[in-house]
Amino acid sequence: MITLNHFLVLGAVLFVIGLFGALSKRNAVAILMSIEIMLNAVNVTLVAFASAILNHGGKALNGATVDSSRLTGQIFAVFIITVAAAEASVALAMIIAIYRRRNTIDVGEINLMRW
Amino acid sequence: MTIDVPAVAFWVIAIILVGSALAVVVMPKIVHAALFLVAVFGAAAGIYVLLNAEFIAIVQVLIYAGAVTILILFAIMLTQNSMSRVSNPFSGQWWLAGLICVLLAAGIIFAVNSSPMAAGAASDALPLANAAGGTVVKLGQLLYSPFAYSYVLPFEIASVVLLVAIVGAIMIGREE
Repeated sequence: MITLNHFLVLGAVLFVIGLFGALSKRNAVAILMSIEIMLNAVNVTLVAFASAILNHGGKALNGATVDSSRLTGQIFAVFIITVAAAEASVALAMIIAIYRRRNTIDVGEINLMRW
Repeated sequence: MTIDVPAVAFWVIAIILVGSALAVVVMPKIVHAALFLVAVFGAAAGIYVLLNAEFIAIVQVLIYAGAVTILILFAIMLTQNSMSRVSNPFSGQWWLAGLICVLLAAGIIFAVNSSPMAAGAASDALPLANAAGGTVVKLGQLLYSPFAYSYVLPFEIASVVLLVAIVGAIMIGREE
């Protein structure tokens, strides 16, 4: 029997793996890929909540009635995917611009603003 | 005893998902990491199918496994030779990052399991891969119905966000 908790723990584990990558990698593209993993983890959590609310016949998990917004979790997932696509395109353009100027994408060497 | 096919599918997909996410983080070559990222996106689409979110699953395959992966591979191609032999190295403080992440994971999982929701609604079995309950029509009505309660205005604003992102990417990425 698979419950909502399974999906929440899966999302948490995935989020933490992505966070570890984002904190510990030196290649800027690898950091971006880790952030994409984190966004996917959040999407898994949101869609699981939407499915659980649908399963409860429009009752929210705390008992309140949510009539027309049963699928709000999936709506949020759509918007997260949209913003993630925009974020990926801008971030990769920035990485390419930095590479053209400094000839490196090692975030340890891009330290102009280091205090 | 009958086999609970959706539950087996959940465990298989979850193991693939977590394993490929770990591979993305630990692979020493950045191209291999990018290819495992495709597996992460595909397995996440499988999770969405299990959760009766067909539209999200299709969009996931189209945008993430299609477009974002190609973007990332192009960026890797254009910036190759920038790192040394190991193209995807860890920084010096990776152990500190690992400690923070383990603490955060323990905190989140403790919070999930100790919330009052965990004993109540969240412990019911979810109807996985429910063939009768497709959600595409409802999602479409909720996303852009002009008459009923819907998210049509945020949807239009999202298209403006995409336009700004495209123009910004061209401005930032072009040669002077």
